[in-house]
Amino acid sequence: MAAYEAGTMSQADPKPRLRLALWLPLILFAALFALFVHGLTNPADTNVASAFVGNPLPQFDLPPAAADRPGLATRAFQTGKPKLLNVFASWCVPCAAEAPQLAALAQAGVEVDGVAIHDQRADLTRFLAANGNPYAAIGRDDQRAVQLAIGSSGVPETYVIDGRGVIRYQHIGDIRPEDVPKLLARVKDAGKGAGS
Amino acid sequence: MIAEVGLALLWLAAALAALQLVVGALALRPEGRALAGLVRPVAVMQGLLVMGAFAALVMLFVTTDLSVKLVVDNSHSAKPLIFKIAGTWGNHEGSMLLWVTIMAVAGAFVALIERRLDEATLTATLAGQAFISLGFYVFLLIASNPFARLAQPADEGQGLNPLLQDIGLAFHPPTLYVGYVGLSIAFSFAIGALVTRNVGPAFARAMRPWVLGAWIFLTLGITAGSYWAYYTLGWGGWWFWDPVENASLMPWLAATALLHSVSVLQSRDALRAWTVMLGVVAFSMSMVGTFLVRSGILTSVHAFAVDPQRGAFILALLAIDIGGALALFTLRAGTVTEGKRFGLVSREAALVFNNVMLSGILGIVLIGTLYPLLTEAYGVKVSVGAPYFNPAAGMFAFPMFVVMAVGPLLRWRQDRLSGARSGRRLWPLAVCLALVLAVLVGVELTAHGIALLPALGLSVAPGLLLASLLPLRGRNLRRTPLPVWGMVVAHAGIAVALFGMASESAFSVERLAALSIGEAREVGPWRVSLDGMMPVAGPNWTALEANVTTRYAGGTPVQLHPRAETFTNPPGTRNESALETRWNGQLYVVLGEQAEDGRWQMRFWWKPFVPLIWLGGALVGLGGALALLGRVMSDIRRLVAKDKIAWRRMRQGR
Repeated sequence: MAAYEAGTMSQADPKPRLRLALWLPLILFAALFALFVHGLTNPADTNVASAFVGNPLPQFDLPPAAADRPGLATRAFQTGKPKLLNVFASWCVPCAAEAPQLAALAQAGVEVDGVAIHDQRADLTRFLAANGNPYAAIGRDDQRAVQLAIGSSGVPETYVIDGRGVIRYQHIGDIRPEDVPKLLARVKDAGKGAGS
Repeated sequence: MIAEVGLALLWLAAALAALQLVVGALALRPEGRALAGLVRPVAVMQGLLVMGAFAALVMLFVTTDLSVKLVVDNSHSAKPLIFKIAGTWGNHEGSMLLWVTIMAVAGAFVALIERRLDEATLTATLAGQAFISLGFYVFLLIASNPFARLAQPADEGQGLNPLLQDIGLAFHPPTLYVGYVGLSIAFSFAIGALVTRNVGPAFARAMRPWVLGAWIFLTLGITAGSYWAYYTLGWGGWWFWDPVENASLMPWLAATALLHSVSVLQSRDALRAWTVMLGVVAFSMSMVGTFLVRSGILTSVHAFAVDPQRGAFILALLAIDIGGALALFTLRAGTVTEGKRFGLVSREAALVFNNVMLSGILGIVLIGTLYPLLTEAYGVKVSVGAPYFNPAAGMFAFPMFVVMAVGPLLRWRQDRLSGARSGRRLWPLAVCLALVLAVLVGVELTAHGIALLPALGLSVAPGLLLASLLPLRGRNLRRTPLPVWGMVVAHAGIAVALFGMASESAFSVERLAALSIGEAREVGPWRVSLDGMMPVAGPNWTALEANVTTRYAGGTPVQLHPRAETFTNPPGTRNESALETRWNGQLYVVLGEQAEDGRWQMRFWWKPFVPLIWLGGALVGLGGALALLGRVMSDIRRLVAKDKIAWRRMRQGR
């Protein structure tokens, strides 16, 4: 039986091919290092975007969450007018922080509908009294059913829905003042798209 | 006061590490030989000093000194004592201090007891160890000082993440760390041997117990971590191919390969450059893992201590240490003389095959772990999970299992598959028969709707178990050396764990149910009923506890108490699952939330033979411990004999 070289790739063999093999670990490490430097200087976007953007809203019919606002159903988004769908909760701190921006959007003439996640009526009433109530309708989603069905991974998130009930855009996290014009532009686009 | 003493000790230890490096480097030159005697005592002193610094930090946590920033951020006066102590390493700074502590103590240990290696290689090894340590000292002192004080002491600490307040966590990270950092010794040995060009059996004999020791801790740490994730996270899974899990698996794979190639180097003086390479790779994988976890460049469930700046620092250390070692390898490996040759059918060849397969799995895991990072660079988000890892790793693992069954029975250097040796004539027949049987069982299992990989595992595991016991055949069991027992036990452990994994994947039953009080459900052979719900309180948590009665196949009822716990400092929740273990599996019960209609959402799993996974892991660790014990004992015996001879000579000479 043929004996073959013991050290597989890296013994004292003068053949140039083997010399090259000796460089291989260093070259691989250099590639790894380049990848790490790139990864470190370009932090990954850890937000999970909904795969449902471009799809119609799923069918739902949520009971009202607040005493003075109606509940929310899919057909409310098929009126030909683009709307914002805000996923929020009274127990969520960034939701309180984005309240003025939602109010500004409502002021600008966009209808904002809310889905309250895991909420109690008393807490919600208190929240709306303290932070203002920009919502035209608020659906109550205690099982996170609608939240999951539209691909939202947390609160707050805001969706732009066009006049036919198709999800056009998803904003993850609270709306900051600088996001308001961007969202308004998205709503305007969605309105155009539905008309054409 | 304690904080300042700790910091001072840390600075002194860092200064000694610098001294160790300089003196070690000078001692390697002919004109500096006189300095060589200084290296060992300096290494021991450095170990003692950093132990003092670590003890100081533990003390700060035990007394909950709220003027120290680290304590305020990670501890709370109302925490049970064991978790105050565990809190020391449950954070970035503390765990880095634990890292250098283990590194320096391991170096001190080598300096204290290693006598077989030639003095020049040992000096180079200790200098190498000091070089790596020095980088981590600088990191600690500049970028993550654990002893930093607050200008204004806080009123109360912020506590520890509830998931981490678990007895498993008190032990799992230090165990893994001993393994990770213990591999630094193998790394330094490799550097030392490259510097002095002295790679041979003596080097392998000196390196082997250190690799073995680190490997035992890694094995136990991974096993314990897997069980901890299984019972605290409440997902019912035992391995998630999470980047942090992979980060612990990769050094283990490299260390396992190293363990086998170092045995070839020791016994047969072959695989010289390959062994040195693996010594470098094993610890490099530990460092890469640490970088991946601490820098936050990969999304992981273990997202503690994420900070890009620290990431940059660790990356620089990575480049210096690994890049330097690999450059040294490139320059020197060509001049490491060739080792002995061996035949295609021999124990060496089987071990080479095992090494290649282990490296293959290592490559698969590394690529899978880094693939999301690579695609992210091109703007595409992916997550890689079990559908990639399981078949890709299995592709290498199953051939390895087959060779693993046969390898220990082969002879060194050259063996024949058939020949004059009695009993060996039936060999090819036996191997073929076993393989055919395994294939038939596998086909039969897949016909019953079991996926390919579990079916393969179930059909290979029994044969592997049997084959791993075969090296004991024909031996006097009481005179069988401990290292042989170690190999048998460790290989049997792999077979046992494989059976557990395959069985869990093939036969698990899952039930999601909304139960009202008094209602019952069937889960596999179990009948479970929800009897009641009551509030309970712990030292820093309150919880709802379900009272669940379970019966296995109509047997005696057993009460289980899964809990949903709410922690106050810091606020958080944790689902404490309840487990009922039988010889043939485990019932796993998780309490979820209360639905609107008053029913309780509960999850049940019946997992046949799942405990075998961790039993197997423990057996592998035990096998390693037996082998280590055997080697240490034979070393001690030899030292005692040497002393006796020296003493006799001295007496006769008088």
